[in-house]
Amino acid sequence: MADLTWRPVPHSRLTAAGPPRSSRRRSVMSTTVLAVIALAVVIVPLVVDLDQQYVDLAIANRPPSFAHLFGTDELGRDVLLRCVYALRVSLTVGVVAAVISAVAGTAVGALAGSIGGWFDRILMRLVDAVASVPHLLLGIVIVAILRPSLTAVIISIALTHWLTAARIVRSEVLSLRARPFIDAAIVGGASRSRVLMKHLLPNVAPQVLLATTLMVPHAVWHETALSFLGLGLPPHAASIGNMINDAQRSLLSGGWWMSLAPGALLIITTLAVSGLSGVWRDRLNPKRRTELTW
Amino acid sequence: MIRAIGRVTLRRLAFAVPVLLVVSFALFALAKASPFDPVERYFGVRIIGASPERVAQLRANWGVDEPVVAQYWAWLRHAVTGDLGDSLSLQQPVSAVIGDRLGWTVLLVFVGFTLALVLGLVLGTLAAWRHGSWPDRLITGSCYALEAAPVFWLGLAVLYVFALQLRWLPGGGVTTGAEPVSVGGVAVHMVLPVAVLAISQAPWFVLFVRQNLLESFTQDHVIGARARGLPDRLVVSGHALRTSLLPFLTLLGARLPELITGALLVETVFSWPGIARATVEAALNVDFALLGALTVLATGVVLLGNLLADVLYALADPRVALDG
Repeated sequence: MADLTWRPVPHSRLTAAGPPRSSRRRSVMSTTVLAVIALAVVIVPLVVDLDQQYVDLAIANRPPSFAHLFGTDELGRDVLLRCVYALRVSLTVGVVAAVISAVAGTAVGALAGSIGGWFDRILMRLVDAVASVPHLLLGIVIVAILRPSLTAVIISIALTHWLTAARIVRSEVLSLRARPFIDAAIVGGASRSRVLMKHLLPNVAPQVLLATTLMVPHAVWHETALSFLGLGLPPHAASIGNMINDAQRSLLSGGWWMSLAPGALLIITTLAVSGLSGVWRDRLNPKRRTELTW
Repeated sequence: MIRAIGRVTLRRLAFAVPVLLVVSFALFALAKASPFDPVERYFGVRIIGASPERVAQLRANWGVDEPVVAQYWAWLRHAVTGDLGDSLSLQQPVSAVIGDRLGWTVLLVFVGFTLALVLGLVLGTLAAWRHGSWPDRLITGSCYALEAAPVFWLGLAVLYVFALQLRWLPGGGVTTGAEPVSVGGVAVHMVLPVAVLAISQAPWFVLFVRQNLLESFTQDHVIGARARGLPDRLVVSGHALRTSLLPFLTLLGARLPELITGALLVETVFSWPGIARATVEAALNVDFALLGALTVLATGVVLLGNLLADVLYALADPRVALDG
C-alpha cells in the first residue's frame, strides 16, 4: 500500500514505513517458544522425579554446570527446575487475573456503552479515577488490606487491570451501535439485553480476547513486582518474583546465576506472548497495523 | 489563548478534586472493611494483659468505632490543614515521613525521566532515520527486550556488574559509610539508579518517536520539503520531528504512573532513601495513615502531570481546541 502513495527518492535513506517484518516468521517463532514453555510448565512437574523444594546443602550455591544447567541456589535447589515451577505459578496467577479483569472490564464497558447517558458518564469517570492511581501502588494497598497471599495477589491484579478491557469494550460497543444491523435488531423487536448478548458481545469478543492475552504479561509482571517487594506470594512458594527476591541476597556473594534464569525466562515468555498478540492484532484490524505492538 | 488555558486548567482541577476525594474515601472504606484493627495492632500481644478500661479509652480516643463517614470527615478536616495523622510503622507524623523522603524520590524521578526523554528522542530519531538498518534493528530489538524485562531485575544486573564486579560506582544509598551528604557524593550514588530508571522507561519513548517519525515521512509537508531538495538532516529535525513530537507531549503525562511504579522498584533495589521503603514498610505493617497519604499524593501527581501535558500541548499546537 505504501508503495503506491510514496516512492522513496533514490540515494536517500529516508523511506516511508515499509511493511512490518514478516508476521508469519514472528508468529511461528512466538508460537514455538510459547509451546515449549507451556510443555515444560505442564509436563516437567509430571515427568521429572525431582522435588523443586528438595534441599541439599552439600551442593548449595553451585554455578551453572552440566548437572545443574542454571546452577543451584543457597539451599542447593536446582535453579532451572525451580524456574519451571515458578513460571507455572506466575503464569497461572497471570492468566487467572487477566481473565477475571477481562470479565469485569467487559461487564463495565458493555453496560456503559449500551446504556449510555449519565450512567456511561459516571462509569467512565470512575474508570478515569482508578486509572489515575499508579497500578503498583494501588496493588500494594489492596495486598496490604487483604494480607499477602495468592488470592490477594490475584484480586490486586484484577482490580487494577480491568480498566483497559472496559475502555476497549465501551468504544467497540459505541461504534457497533451505530451500525445498521443493530438498528435492524431493535426494529425487529429485540430487547435491550438480547441486543447486548446476541449482537454486541459476540462482536467485541475478538478484541476482548486480544486484550486479555496482552494483559497476561502485565499481570505476571505485577505479580513479580509484588513478590519482589515481599508483598506477593508467601516466601516458600516458587514464583519468579520470589526467586529474584531470594537471589538478591546471593548476588552480594557473587551468585549471579540465581537471578539470571528467572529474569531471562520471564523476558522470553513476555516477548513471545506480545509477539503473538501483535500478529493477531494486525489480522484483526489491518488498518491500524503498527509495529509498536510487538 | 491564555484564557483558554485557564479554562482547561480549571476544568481539569474540577475533575481532580472529586477524583482525589473518591480515591481517598475508597482507600478509607477499604481500610475499614479489612479485618485489621489498629488498637489491637497498637497493643500487639500485650492486649491480653491490658486493662479493658485502657483499651476502651484508646478506642474512644482514636474514634475507631465511629462510622466510616465520620472518621473520613475527621481525617479530611485534618488533612487539608496538613495534618495527615501518625504513621504506625515508623512512629512519626505522616507529613514528616513523606517530607523526609519525597525530595529524594523527586530527584531520582526528575533526572531519570529527563534522561529517558533524551534517550527516547535521540535513539528514536536515529532508528527512524536509518529505518531497516542494523542500528535501527539493534535499537528496536533492545527496546522490545527492555520493555519485557522487570525493572528490578535490570537493576540487580546493573548492580552486580557495575557495583560488585567492576566496582566503578557505589551500589546503594546516597552516602558511603558515615560520610555526610554532599552534592558530589549524591551525584556519584545517583548514576546507577538514574540510569536503570531511564533505561527502563526509554524503550517506550524510543518506539513511539520512531513510529511517529516513520509516519510523518509520508506526510505532504515532509515530502514537499524533500522535493525542494532540502538535506535529510534538515527535513528530519525541522519538518518531520516537529509534527511528530506533538503527541509526545500528551504521552509524558500518560507515562507518569509507570514512572512512579518504576521509581518505587528502582529505589528498593538501590536502597535509595525515597518513599519506596516507607511504602513497603507501611504495607507490611498495615499502616493505613501512611499508605493512604502516599497513594493520594501519587494520584495527585499523576493528575497534575496530565494537566501539564494538556497545557503544553495546547501551547505547542494552536490548532488544538482546549475543550477536554
